[in-house]
Formats: sequence, structure tokens, C-alpha cells
Amino acid sequence: MASSQDRSQGRTGGIVSGGTAEAATYTGNRALQIEEPLIFEMGQPGRCGVDLPEPPRVKDRLNGLRRTGDIGLPGLSEPQVVQHYTRLSQKNYAIDMGVYPLGSCTMKHNPRINEKVARLPGIGDLHPLQPVSTVQGALELIDRLAHWLKTLTGMPAVAMSPAAGAHGEMCGMMAIAAALKARGERAQRKTVLAPESAHGTNPATAAAIGFTVKPIPANDRGRVDLTALKAALGPDVAAIMLTNPNTCGLFESEIVEIAQAVHAAGAYFYCDGANFNAIAGRVRPGDLGVDCMHINLHKTFSTPHGGGGPGAGPVVLSAALAPYAPYPWIVKDGATWRVAEDESKVEGTPLGRLKAFHGQMGMFTRALAYIMSHGADGLKQASEDAVLSANYVMAALKDTMSPAFDGPCMHEALFDDSFLKDTGVSTLDFAKAMIDEGYHPMTMYFPLVVHGAMLIEPTESVAKEDLDQFIGALRSLAARAKTGTAAEAFKAAPLYAPRRRLDETLAARKPILRWKPSNNPPETDPVKQAAE
Amino acid sequence: MADVRYSEEHEWIRVEGDTGTIGITQYAQEQLGDVVFVEVPAAGRKVAKGEAVAVVESVKAASDIYAPVSGEVIEANAALADTPGDVNTEPMGKGWFFKVKMSDKGDLAGLMDEAAYAAFVKSLG
Amino acid sequence: MRYLPLTDTDRREMLSVIGARSVDELFRDVPASAHLGAKIGGLPDHQGELEVERAFQAYAAKNLSPATTPFFIGAGAYRHHVPSTVDYMIQRGEFLTSYTPYQPEITQGTLQYLFEFQTQITLLTGMEVANASMYDGSTGTSEAVLMANRVTRRHKALISGGLHPQYRRIIETTAKWEGFNAVIGKPDVEGLEDLIAAVDKETSCVVVQNPSFFGHVRDFARLAAACHAAGALLIVVVTEVVSLGLLKPPGEMGADIVVCEGQSIGNGLGFGGPYVGLFATREKYMRQMPGRLVGETVDADGKRGFVLTLSTREQHIRREKATSNICTNAGLCALAFTVHLTLLGEAGFRRLAEINHAKASELADRVAAIPGVKLLNGSFFNEFTVRLPRPAAPVVEALAARRILGGLPVSRLIPNDPSVENLLLLAATETATEHGMGPLVAAMKEVL
Repeated sequence: MASSQDRSQGRTGGIVSGGTAEAATYTGNRALQIEEPLIFEMGQPGRCGVDLPEPPRVKDRLNGLRRTGDIGLPGLSEPQVVQHYTRLSQKNYAIDMGVYPLGSCTMKHNPRINEKVARLPGIGDLHPLQPVSTVQGALELIDRLAHWLKTLTGMPAVAMSPAAGAHGEMCGMMAIAAALKARGERAQRKTVLAPESAHGTNPATAAAIGFTVKPIPANDRGRVDLTALKAALGPDVAAIMLTNPNTCGLFESEIVEIAQAVHAAGAYFYCDGANFNAIAGRVRPGDLGVDCMHINLHKTFSTPHGGGGPGAGPVVLSAALAPYAPYPWIVKDGATWRVAEDESKVEGTPLGRLKAFHGQMGMFTRALAYIMSHGADGLKQASEDAVLSANYVMAALKDTMSPAFDGPCMHEALFDDSFLKDTGVSTLDFAKAMIDEGYHPMTMYFPLVVHGAMLIEPTESVAKEDLDQFIGALRSLAARAKTGTAAEAFKAAPLYAPRRRLDETLAARKPILRWKPSNNPPETDPVKQAAE
Repeated sequence: MADVRYSEEHEWIRVEGDTGTIGITQYAQEQLGDVVFVEVPAAGRKVAKGEAVAVVESVKAASDIYAPVSGEVIEANAALADTPGDVNTEPMGKGWFFKVKMSDKGDLAGLMDEAAYAAFVKSLG
Repeated sequence: MRYLPLTDTDRREMLSVIGARSVDELFRDVPASAHLGAKIGGLPDHQGELEVERAFQAYAAKNLSPATTPFFIGAGAYRHHVPSTVDYMIQRGEFLTSYTPYQPEITQGTLQYLFEFQTQITLLTGMEVANASMYDGSTGTSEAVLMANRVTRRHKALISGGLHPQYRRIIETTAKWEGFNAVIGKPDVEGLEDLIAAVDKETSCVVVQNPSFFGHVRDFARLAAACHAAGALLIVVVTEVVSLGLLKPPGEMGADIVVCEGQSIGNGLGFGGPYVGLFATREKYMRQMPGRLVGETVDADGKRGFVLTLSTREQHIRREKATSNICTNAGLCALAFTVHLTLLGEAGFRRLAEINHAKASELADRVAAIPGVKLLNGSFFNEFTVRLPRPAAPVVEALAARRILGGLPVSRLIPNDPSVENLLLLAATETATEHGMGPLVAAMKEVL
């Protein structure tokens, strides 16, 4: 049939075969699932989504470097822009839509009051380099959040500037390197110990700072093997990097002994705080012997995940590491706040600077709003509810799926794939089938130490009736998988998402990382196909 | 008749005179899954036995390839840049990685023959 | 507590399914010495939304909002008008409360806008590939140096004195702890620095900024040629991305890596963050790039779709051999950037740049006409440096006392250097008006 398609609009028209049994539509759309072209396929010269005045004519002072030729940006009107991004948004799963049990990521409710206060005039619109006399409230706000973080962790100092968890790791490991340097042992202590179950950022960070990463084994209870750790400690060890609760969702029950052994060997204890959500308000890492720990404000303190950032990763520091905190420092002189920036005199020898300006202020504001909303009582309750919910999921699924370890977990429940043995269904297939049930899958294949790992973190934000439905869905999927005849159906999942499984091999073998007119070769052009 | 030897890291080396052609085994490519990228050493590079000299990547994994023998790289398989899938379809043929002029054929002594390698793979379960 | 759906009845029922008498049993692995009897002391209890909002209004009231005052500060963060559509879009829950698109079937929204974003960045910079964003321009610049070290297997970076002083500090810090040599140039106040002679066979990269921190616009084509002849990479940093609407892009000058601070488009000043780093390079260096990348592919039905790709560069797979330890990027700020740039389009973006240049030209002429004030720039985009007859810091304080935010004293970012003590950096964007410029010029005449 002939297509009524206007190619310049980038929209498809005509009957497009979907490969599935459903009826085809003229547009390729399926009711609320609307096929959306790229902005580069929608633009028209002469369209613009803003109205700007005619610029005054001036003699330019561009040193003869005026751009020649078009940039190549498409022109769209405001309603087209609104529709484009609205349609794209409808292809996303989100916390606001339902259970998002992505283990280790803490996909909890993101309150909107946080967004509102971050945008208040006098907070959201401040320039970072305004005279400090004009930003006294902003500095006080940062200090207030710092006070909460120090009190909740039982640590004496905090470096606020790291932009994300991994950036916080960099800060903490640099502080350890600085402390070793001050002791004259930087060259001698080159080894960092980390469990094999660690987040990939841990070895990546340690290696970047020139440390050699040595794995430490876990025992059969999923915790660090204390004897093996003690054997690995020596005069060459700079630090241990340990997540607690660990990436298997378990509290390191011998953590105090671990910290003592590490300190006795002259090394430092870096704690990855990614899982602080399980213990905030109930356990202070400072009481466990931690020397530094980053706090992912986008996990524990609900700043939005935003499709992959921005985050914020303040690092709390022990007295031994506090003097090395990077610039800037927020300092109070009498009744006045000031920012100690590069080369300013402070009570210490800062390791340098990690980020321009003062850190992720927008995230500080949101996190503080969340913390104040909860208060000390609410934060404790939230941690307990997160742990309770994960244990409830574990208990309700333990006869159907296969928990990786015995005993209570903390805020996330870890399963291996042994319940899928001989079914032909893999962890990946199981996860994709969850999409058709209306859920975001759990974290898969992490931690690496558990075969076919499935890490479920419900968080404290899910109502019991919603947890029950989620549990029911997983039980039903597990039962279907165990019939032994459902492998093909699982491999076909998801059927009802905006896209079916995507060819990641093709994407990696022939990377197409930007739109070009030639990205749509004629043989795969749906318009051409439809017209033929 | 070329002699093919195998390493415990699942590399093979086909020996013709003092030249060895190196690639990864059928077992290795099955473990990796669809290969999407191979980084091979440039001709002229001196490599030592046991040194990480190449990288093979699938969508979800990256593995180092260790030189099974010492010597100088005389040719790399440039075609893999466009068709990395050759490693999956013909791991011992078109999917070869690079050729080395061996400096010490004694290096071959520690490697397995086909039967020994088959038994080794079987022992991995 | 309004965020917690579990009732006491729910909790009891759940405990009974678990087979625990109390929630304390679930925390039994916590060592006794670390058990807190009750909630942590010295902190207030939960509050309602009204009380929380009041507390933040009180913080805000202690600050001077740029919205209510003549405003001319830049230095790596610029005040622009952001269309209402942008903030509306980034607050849609489907974008705001989604995460890194690990499951592409149900995150095509995020993946498609990042693919469009990557394309926009390549067009603006004149480069071949771009990633899905960095934390910000400052950290992105340091990552670019590390990337150049990997590509060239060399360990000496030449850092221009025209680079933002805090960006220079970050590179210095990285060099100190990650172990490479950063050669830092003296502050390039006049825009006359010549780095060509310093490039040698040990140089991994040269890092320049355009327009420079002091506002000068330079052509780096000859420097690029010198770098390439020596086997080094040229890294061009842009802190005011609006300038790319008017200026020759770094890609056309021969840059190998371009890093921009993208805050100006779509993102408010926010007291310094979160912002969004733009990172672009040549295709041949694609696999050495840090950060997430989105690529095009097809699904099982043959429909076009997008996925995260080339992930084997990243920490979760490569661990200690990763190109960077980066995990999080600036997804939502990248969305704000891409929505704003889509609204602007070709015509709007170019016009916005023209207006910025015209406003800054007007301000430069008016400030330079004040007796004793000397304009140091022969060229600039929307920011320039003037030398005052006395130290700039107290002048800026005196202006602030009159509720005028009159630029940045260079000494704030380059302390203890008498040669920059009298320098004032002034920026004017499309938000500058006669109601701002008039009072600034009048007040400067008074306080000088």
C-alpha cells in the first residue's frame, strides 16, 4: 500500500508488520504506546520553541572565530517538544509507577516537597561564587545537613563535595593515601583488600589511585572470612574496602573484629555506604570502627535517581582522616559562615579539590528536606521497615525460589538461580517475564559471587498489599518455570513492553552512538518497506 | 602437518615452523557468548609468555588473552575489527587473533595436546 | 509518618510470616556494642510538610537571590533564562524517579533522550562521538586528562593558565594521587599564552579553555597540529556552552577531546550543582571514553530501540581495569539540557548566543568607560576581565552591600597572587537589562 508518510516528519505510516500475533495499526502505535521518532526526524526550518528578541547589531569581538555553516539542530515548536518528551516519558518504568526492587539501588519514594524547596528563590537560583555575605543561609543549610550526616553516622567530620558514590570513594581513598603519606608509608602500603562481592566501583577506585586490589574470600555464611582476612593483613596493606550491610544483603556480624584487626595492622577501613538505608538511625558506622564512608544521598536520602543521576556522595571521616578532607570547608567564625576555598588556612592539610564550587547543593537541599521530614524517629522506622519488607519477601518466597544464604537478611533479599535448574529458564528470562507482570526486575547477576544472582530490595516505601501482589507474581512465575515446558515463553518475554528484547550484540558490534541521516538504510526503513 | 597446542586459559596455538597462530577455543567462545570486540596486539610488539596481550569482549564480559609463548607479533587479524563474530563461528579458523614468531619453542612444552585439553575441559564440568 | 505505608498491624503480620517476634531479631547480626538502645539522640523528630517548607524559606531569606538584583557573575556558572517547559518535563515522575536504564524494554524514554543528547553534543562540539554525560565540566576535564594518558600511554599533561582555576586544582589533585605529571601554566590574564613550544614527546595532552577563564577567544588549530605532530591530544574545555552558538566549534580546530560544562542550557545556577558535563571525542578513541554510552539497535520484532552499550569499559564489568570508576552520571540534568536545546533549535540557539555577545559588548563598553577601569580583552563571548584601580574583592563586597552582584574578583579563585588582585571578571547574558547595567555602572563609579 502507499504510505501517506511525510518523511521529514519522521513518523511511520502504513501497515508495519510487528512480528507478533496482534493486529497491526496504520500508525504503528498501539493506543497509549506511541511510536516516537527522534527530534532530528521531526524538525522543520522556521520552527522554534522559544521567542527571543532580535539581537542588537554590534561589531563582533570574536577574534575572527565566528562559526560558519549550520550546527544541524532541528527546529521544533513548543507543543511538539512537550508531546515528544511526554511520549518518551511514557516508555519508562519509574518508582512513581510501582515496585522497583532494584537491589543495591534503593528505589524508595521520592517526595515532592524535596523538589519544591530545592527550587525556592534564594536557594535554587544562587550563584556559587556570590560574595559569602549574600549566601549565609545556603552555607548554614549545608552545615545543617553535615550535622545530620555526622550525627547519624557517629563520625566527627564530613567532606560534602563528592558528586556521587564513586566520587566519594575517590575522596575517601585519596584521604587514606594522604594519611599514609603523612605517616611516610604511602610507598610501602600498596595493597587494598576487598571482597569478591564488592561493587565494581571499589576495585576501580583503588586501582585508579595506584593500589593493588587483593580479593578476600567470603565464608559460607556470605560474610568476610575473618581468619583469611587476618592472614592477608600485613605491613603492605593500606586499607580494606567493605560494604556493610554487604552486597549479599547481610550485616557483617564480625565487623568490629574486622575493624580492630585492620587497625592493628596499621591499615584503614573504608566502608562503602551504598547500603546505609538498612541501618540509618539504628546503627552508627562510627561505632563499628569505620574510618570513612560515602553516603549516596540518592539512595538512603531519597534524592531522585533521575534516569541515572545526578547523585551526591558526601564522605564521613574519622578523626584520623578528617584533616585531609578536600576543599572547600564550610567554617563558622562567630556568627558568620564562610567557605574555606583553595589555599585557605584550615585545621588540616586538605588533599586538594575534587569538584568545582561546593558540591551538589541541589541534592543537599532535597536530602535535608527528606531527613527533616522523617526526623530521628522516622529514619529509624524507615530502616526497620526496609529490613522487615526484605525479610518478608524472603520468607514468602523461600520455598519457591532459592535464597542464597540462611538467616535474616537486611534490606535486600538475595536469591540464586538453583530453583531454575533444568527448567531452561535463566535469571535473565525470569527478570524479563517480571516486566510483563508490570514490575521492574530486581538486580540480576550481582553480586558476582552468587550464581545467577537475583537481588531484591523492596525498600520501606511499598504497602503490604503491593508486596503481597509482587510476591504472588514471583511465585506464579517460578511455578510456571518449574513446569519445565515454559522456557520458550520465558525467552519471548517481555511481550507487552514498549519494546521486546533488544539486540545488545548488534549494538556493541556496530556501535551507532548518534543520529545521522544515513542511520536508516533503505532496506530497514519501515516507510520504504510499507511502500513496497 | 601443523601441531595445535592448548593452554589452561583456553587459548590454542597452531605451530608451523617457528610461527605460532593464536586464538581462543570453542569452549572459550561458548563461555563468552557473542563476541563483539577483539583488541589484538600490533605487529612488531614483543610479547612474553603469560603476558596479557589481547582483549576479547562480549556484551557483558571482557577477558584478557595471555600469550602462550614468548616472541614477536608478526601479524594481527585485522578482519576481526569488522567481523568479531568470526570468533564464535570459527574460533579455530577465521577467528584467529594474531601470529607470533616464537623466540623459544621450549615454551610449547607446558601446553596440552588435543586429547589432554579435551580431558581438561571435561574436568571443568 | 506520611512516607511509610506499613501499619502496625501489617508489621505484626509480616513478622509472623517471617517467624520473628520483633524487628530487633532481624538485626541480630549487629554486634551488641553497636546496638543503640533507642533512636539516635540530639536530633529532632519528624515534621509535616508545612514545617519543613518554612524551615527552607528561612534559609532562603538569609540569601540574596539573583532574581531580585543586578547580576553579572559568571566564571563557570551562568545565569540564563530556562523555559518553563524544561522544569515541567524533568519533574515528570517517569523521568525523575527512573534509574539508569538497565532494562531497555521499559526505559526507552531515558535511552532515546540520551541518544538525542549524545547527537546534540556531537553537533555542538563538532566531534564524532559523545557520552551520556559526566558529573559536571570540572570533573569531566580531569577524566579527559586520564583518558589522554591512557590513549597515549604518557603521563605529562600541560594545563593552560586560561583554564578555570578550580578545574586546574582538580587536575592537580588527580595528578597528585593518581600519579601523573601536571604542568600548570601561570594565569593567562592577557590571553597571549603560547603552549606550542612546550609540547614534547612526553606530553600526553594539552588542556585549554575557550573562551578562556578570563574570557579570551582563541584559535587552537596550530596548537592542535603541534599536539598531533608530537603524538599528544588536544583537550578543549568550554565552560559557557552557549558560546558554541556563535563560535567555531573545537572539533573544527582539531580538538581530540572536548569537555563542556552544560549548566547554561536547561540547568539553573543552584549554588554550584548538580550540573552536567558534556564529553565528546573522536570515533577512534571511543573505547577509551569514560561514562555511559547509549547506542541504537533493534528489538526482537525488528523495531528500532536503544540500549546502554560498550559497557565492558565500565567498572561493573572491568572492575580494576575500567576506564573510570564512574557509575552515576547526570541523567536528569542531561534531560534538562536536551529539552532546552530542542526548544531553542538551530535558530533559537544561534540567536541566544548573538544576544549574549551583544549584551556583554554593551557592558564591556560601559564599564571600560569608567575612569580607571581597563578592559583586558580584545576578544570575548559573554564574559571579560577588567583591571580596576584597586583590589577587586572589597569593590565586589561594596557592590553587594548595595544589593548588586557585580562580578567575581579573580583573587577569590586565584588567592595569594598580587598580579590578579585588581582583576574583576564580569559576565552578561540575555538576562542582563538596563535596570541592571545602569545601577552597576553607577555603583562602580561610586565605590572605586
